[in-house]
Amino acid sequence: MRLLDLLRFSLLALRRQRFRSLMLLTAVGLGVGAVVVLTALGEGARGYVLGEFAYLGKDTVVMIPGRKETTGGMPPMTGIAAHDITLEEMEVLQRSVPGVTDLAPMILGNGPVSFKSRARDSVVIGTTAAFFPIRKLEIAQGSALPDLALGEGKQVAVIGQKLKQALFDSDNAIGQWIRLRDYRFRVIGVLAGSGDSFGMDLSEAVFIPVASAQAVFNVHGMFRVSLKVKENYEVEAVKSAIVKQMQALHNGELDVTVVSPDAMLSTFDSILRVMTLGVAGIGAISLVVSGILVMNVTLMSVKQRTAEIGLLKAIGAPSSQVRTLFLTEAALIAAAGALVGILVGHLVVFIGTQIYPDVPFATPGWALWASLGLAIGTALLFAWLPAQQAADMEPVDALGKK
Amino acid sequence: MIDISGVNKTFILGDSTVHALNNINLRIEQGEYLSVMGPSGSGKSTLLNMLGLLDRPDNGRYLLNGVDTQSLDENERARLRREQIGFVFQSYHLIARLTARENVEMPLMLAGVPANTRHEMVQGILEKLGIARRASHLPNQLSGGERQRVAIGRSIVMKPAILLADEPTGNLDSRSGAEVTEILETLNREGITLMVVTHDSNMGERARRRIRMVDGAVATDQRDEQAA
Ligand SMILES: Nc1ncnc2c1ncn2[C@@H]1O[C@H](COP(=O)(O)OP(=O)(O)O)[C@@H](O)[C@H]1O
Ligand SMILES: [Mg+2]
Repeated sequence: MRLLDLLRFSLLALRRQRFRSLMLLTAVGLGVGAVVVLTALGEGARGYVLGEFAYLGKDTVVMIPGRKETTGGMPPMTGIAAHDITLEEMEVLQRSVPGVTDLAPMILGNGPVSFKSRARDSVVIGTTAAFFPIRKLEIAQGSALPDLALGEGKQVAVIGQKLKQALFDSDNAIGQWIRLRDYRFRVIGVLAGSGDSFGMDLSEAVFIPVASAQAVFNVHGMFRVSLKVKENYEVEAVKSAIVKQMQALHNGELDVTVVSPDAMLSTFDSILRVMTLGVAGIGAISLVVSGILVMNVTLMSVKQRTAEIGLLKAIGAPSSQVRTLFLTEAALIAAAGALVGILVGHLVVFIGTQIYPDVPFATPGWALWASLGLAIGTALLFAWLPAQQAADMEPVDALGKK
Repeated sequence: MIDISGVNKTFILGDSTVHALNNINLRIEQGEYLSVMGPSGSGKSTLLNMLGLLDRPDNGRYLLNGVDTQSLDENERARLRREQIGFVFQSYHLIARLTARENVEMPLMLAGVPANTRHEMVQGILEKLGIARRASHLPNQLSGGERQRVAIGRSIVMKPAILLADEPTGNLDSRSGAEVTEILETLNREGITLMVVTHDSNMGERARRRIRMVDGAVATDQRDEQAA
């Protein structure tokens, strides 16, 4: 039988049982649509998170206190280590590790920041002037933190755009004194834009000199240190030089982790890929469930068309051809359902991108092919049993049934 | 061309067994015109189905053109049905969603004949059977006589050597019945071997060879000498 004839014959049969065909089409469409939408969500999340890392240039590495236990896992986020990373060590690193141009230590705190009667709970970041260029943060008004010696404190602060709005509305903030816990800081700069990074909204943060932050929060060790690698230096080589130096400073104990954005990216990337696969799997389950529907519908169809099966055999159709006819019907309806699912899924994803333009929702190509293949494969698999039943019928018995 | 000997077929219904075919021996030559008559339940349909390879005997031997059909697998039997045997049923067995033309085309389509070749072959048959004007109608838009002519068209489109008709006029009024009989006899005159099961003694008497079945056995087998 020619392919075109086969398709036409199957389409006519499907049209004849319109309700059942529509039901199947909907079921398969829902499954495929779910895969399309869920994987788009997963990919969107991945793209969003990866985009957050983009601010760190390829030439920047980050030092974190603590050692990751196993290779390839997440970098330690808690930062529990035997030894603090101190400001003095920063000076040593800057002096003794060739290839480190700039470094920006970071102490993270939290506190109510107030101006007159207005107060906000803000993230407080103790750091140095180098932080701003390394993180690619721009100053809208005033200036960045001054270039101080690492151990030197000063009661000056740079604030984020949102915090500025919250405390000062549209008034000028530069030169005003804000209160942070028991300390007062003079605002010398306001950040430009909304700097979302690491899930932290920097536009709501306060930046103060690192030594001042040590005093305010009564902490000694650094939360993070960003180090910029000089041009023409291997990032990996500089990384290990930093680790070696820190090990020497910490009495031979290996208790810091230095990650490059590349490494962090690939870690997050693989985590989020697994997540995408996971949600794709959820969609796939609904496809497999639709397979059971395919089986029932094909069974019904075979029962109802028993006399036709007998006739086809009487006019010379071999068993395999009878089976092919029913399998083709199932595959066709699955393919049609999959196409509808892909279209509707894309529509939903498109609407999603209109509502959340920041999140790069996009269904990965593999998910399209996989869901299409799975839909047709499931349909064939589940239609096989009833189709084989049709193929195995004795022609004389089948003909006798009305 | 057909040679069956010692063929039996029994059906088990509950705790009683029905001997539908009881030691049948039959030789049929190319171009013969046979009628099979007999009371209801005497095994006429069973015999026809057996000859048409729709059913298998319990035992005995069935040679079709010298080929022992007992040793064939289902695929080879399907091929013989496709190439050698045409069926006409009392209830037409047309596919409701296909037009008259498509129903006639169906065996060619299954055999993989390309559409344009098909069209020519079918057009000739439709004209010959007087249903060319009704070609694009669905079965439920046709009269009984027209439906049976479509079914005959389908049965001969593969140019089989044997045409088996099981009560082809059973559902028709006498006029359409006569037309259908006329068509079948024309086909027989053109060379096809025709075997008709019928309740209608008028039709049965027209055949050159008349078989009468009783209780699964051939009771009488009469031939017109001058026609043979
Ligand atoms: N599939 C079947 N199962 C059980 N009994 C059957 C079957 N087919 C035919 N029979 C029995 O075999 C006998 C002959 O049937 P059949 O050949 O149809 O008779 P006829 O066509 O002469 O009326 C009948 O008694 C019928 O009940
Ligand atoms: Mg009968």
